[in-house]
Amino acid sequence: MSKGSSVLRNRHLLILCLLLVAAGGSLFLYKWLDLGVPIKADNAIGAWTVEARIRFTAQSGKPVKVRFAVPLRPPGFALLDETFVSSGYGLSTAVQDGDREALWAIRRARGEQELYYQAVVYPARDTAQSSGSRPPPVEPPQFSDAQAAVVTSLVEQIRAHSADIATFAVETLQRLGARDNSDINLLLAGDNSPERRAEVAAGILATANIAARPVYGFQLQKEGRRLPLLTRLEVHNGERWLSFDPLSGAQGQPDDFLVWSRGKPPLRDSDGVRHLRLEFSAAENTYEALAVARQRAAERGSLALQFSLLSLPVQMQMVYRVVLTMPLGALIIVLLRNVVGIKAFGTFAPILIALAFRETRLLNGILLFTGIVALGLGARFYLERLKLLLVPRLASVLTVVVLMMATLSVLTYQLGIGAGLSVALFPMVILTMTIERMSIGWEEAGPREALQQAGGSLLAASLAYLVMTERQVQHLVFMFPELLLIVLAITLALGRYTGYRLTELRRFKALAG
Amino acid sequence: MITFPWQRARALRAHGVLGMNQRNGDFIARVNPRRLYPLVDDKVRTKTLAQAAGIQVPQLYGLIAIQHQVLQLPKLLEGREDFVVKPVNGSGGNGVLVIVGRRKGRYRKASGAQLTEDELEHHVSNTLSGLYSLGGQPDAAMIEYRVKVDPVFEPISHQGVPDLRTVVYKGYPVLAMVRLPTALSDGKANLHQGAIGAGIDIASGLTGRGVWRNEVIDEHIDTGNPITGVQVPQWETLLELAARCYDISGLGYLGVDFVLDRDFGPMMLEMNARPGLNIQIANQTGLLPRLATVDAHGREGASVAERVAFARQRFGRP
Repeated sequence: MSKGSSVLRNRHLLILCLLLVAAGGSLFLYKWLDLGVPIKADNAIGAWTVEARIRFTAQSGKPVKVRFAVPLRPPGFALLDETFVSSGYGLSTAVQDGDREALWAIRRARGEQELYYQAVVYPARDTAQSSGSRPPPVEPPQFSDAQAAVVTSLVEQIRAHSADIATFAVETLQRLGARDNSDINLLLAGDNSPERRAEVAAGILATANIAARPVYGFQLQKEGRRLPLLTRLEVHNGERWLSFDPLSGAQGQPDDFLVWSRGKPPLRDSDGVRHLRLEFSAAENTYEALAVARQRAAERGSLALQFSLLSLPVQMQMVYRVVLTMPLGALIIVLLRNVVGIKAFGTFAPILIALAFRETRLLNGILLFTGIVALGLGARFYLERLKLLLVPRLASVLTVVVLMMATLSVLTYQLGIGAGLSVALFPMVILTMTIERMSIGWEEAGPREALQQAGGSLLAASLAYLVMTERQVQHLVFMFPELLLIVLAITLALGRYTGYRLTELRRFKALAG
Repeated sequence: MITFPWQRARALRAHGVLGMNQRNGDFIARVNPRRLYPLVDDKVRTKTLAQAAGIQVPQLYGLIAIQHQVLQLPKLLEGREDFVVKPVNGSGGNGVLVIVGRRKGRYRKASGAQLTEDELEHHVSNTLSGLYSLGGQPDAAMIEYRVKVDPVFEPISHQGVPDLRTVVYKGYPVLAMVRLPTALSDGKANLHQGAIGAGIDIASGLTGRGVWRNEVIDEHIDTGNPITGVQVPQWETLLELAARCYDISGLGYLGVDFVLDRDFGPMMLEMNARPGLNIQIANQTGLLPRLATVDAHGREGASVAERVAFARQRFGRP
């Protein structure tokens, strides 16, 4: 026997399959793990674009310098993208003490100037990394002698009324909120704003040797221009930073609070500018997690995503979302026919029917298929009596099928039961051929065989439909078309599956004993 | 007791049952070159080939290849009481029409059903347009001699002629059965159409038990006559003819159909490059061990007589 050649051929096939799996799999893993292409279909992220606009008039003849704090690992958020718009300006960023600053500089500038900074952030549960950072050493606050005396006595009182660092902070903030207290007024210097309170509270806490700092940021609840900059107080309890509302003393940072800068307000200082105005605005938009991946790929100069289906026009992308699932449908057919052994009309007719189901949804599709085939079969049996030639007969059945579809659509629409029943792409030709094959099978091999094959077609179409329309499946093959190489490998391997079909186990039952 | 699929599969494997996938992948694809298919798919070519090799075939009365010729059908059939209309590229017995007599311009089928001239022409037209052909491509219809049933089979064939199917592997006859028409099969000898299949012992030519649908039977379902233990006449000759079909077709895995005519003896009906697997059920035995025997011990270039002798010695019923 050419057993040798058979083994050789199998080894060849095995190697080919392994190569395909390796190629498809490694590209997939690279895109998923390294570039971060999302493998989940639900990849839309509610993201916020927060924009800072700095406008000023340049003082003629003077170099311009603007130092501005930009977010760095804000707790509860992840930075997805950021943009600096500053034409002509030199830009550098630096990180210091858990805070990040951008420095815009230009030697000469004239008239109105605008600098933009845009950050795209999305909520992410990664608070651990920022809260774990060690507090900077406590700086001795700058109080006047009178203030220092007040602070010292305050610290004594507060310490007596508190149990730990958290309650100490709350007590401090509550005392700063006391009205008509001359000591407090002295400390706040008539400025009762949350910023001032946070600043003073941080000073008091520092005097008590507790690391504390005001933080500035935004409440990302609604979109809008002129987003107010809010202040909170952060106190380190030895393990992590606790956040307090400087007015009420309430502990805990709201989920939608974006920390922009720490210790000092965002605008640090500026040189050579007049009429400086700072404005923040926020807009909510959904970002595909894919955007991250694409950017990462671009940063690294990877071509994997540049030459992807995403570079196609959107309309063509939509087509490919469908087309790319077809090999999976074909794989289902291979499994059903060569492994299970079900009988169906035509080789890939079930895939076309499955594609048609996309328009009608599954249940409607099955009803429609069954109804049309049954009625068409009736028409076909009638036409049989007229003894027509094959092609004209097929054409007649096709016409009847089309007319039936049209009638059915109008009827269901009028009765209001067919809302959403779109049949535009139902493959009439496939249906016609199915009817023809079924009627021949009916006459040649009996109704049983014909119904079996029709049922097989329907089953195959339904399964293919379920797989091909599964959102996650569509997402995967579209984002990772290389997975089709693995599908190809499986198909090739099944091409050499010479074991029994499941139905043969029944068919040859008598020989098993 | 519940039988799990893999248990069933193991049992079938143990009995050497050949499955469809393995037949296609390990045998047909390996020993049947694609280019040889037309020889057996086209029944007219098969006929010519067989005749050239001195193998008897039913006489061809006429061939209708284009629609216009359908009009000449009455003329062609003039003086013929009985005949068979067959698609040239048909398979599985589809589209075969057996006419056993005519009366008052009507044709009578084996079952007694009557056909008008129109209906017969329609059948031929359908055949031409490819209704019964393998891939649905345009076909031709051949009209040939109707085989008369051999007396041996008369009691166990209902309104038709049994045919003897032999699977020939690399020139060695490995498994054989006789297919007995029933009322259900409309005089046709195809198992999926309701005919009975009964295994034949390669060594002796004696029939064994039969299979009808999925039942094992010992009597003909229509006539009630026993189908086991019937000696097929000229068995040696039939085996040799079957073995020779390998030489004239070149197909390594081949199904050959012979009929025994009352007057002319063995005649070849057709060859099949993808013979069905039911022959295993009819014989209550798997094909694989026999195919393996041929692979292991068969000799390339062995003569027809040697191959037949080998088969009778190796594949006889114990």
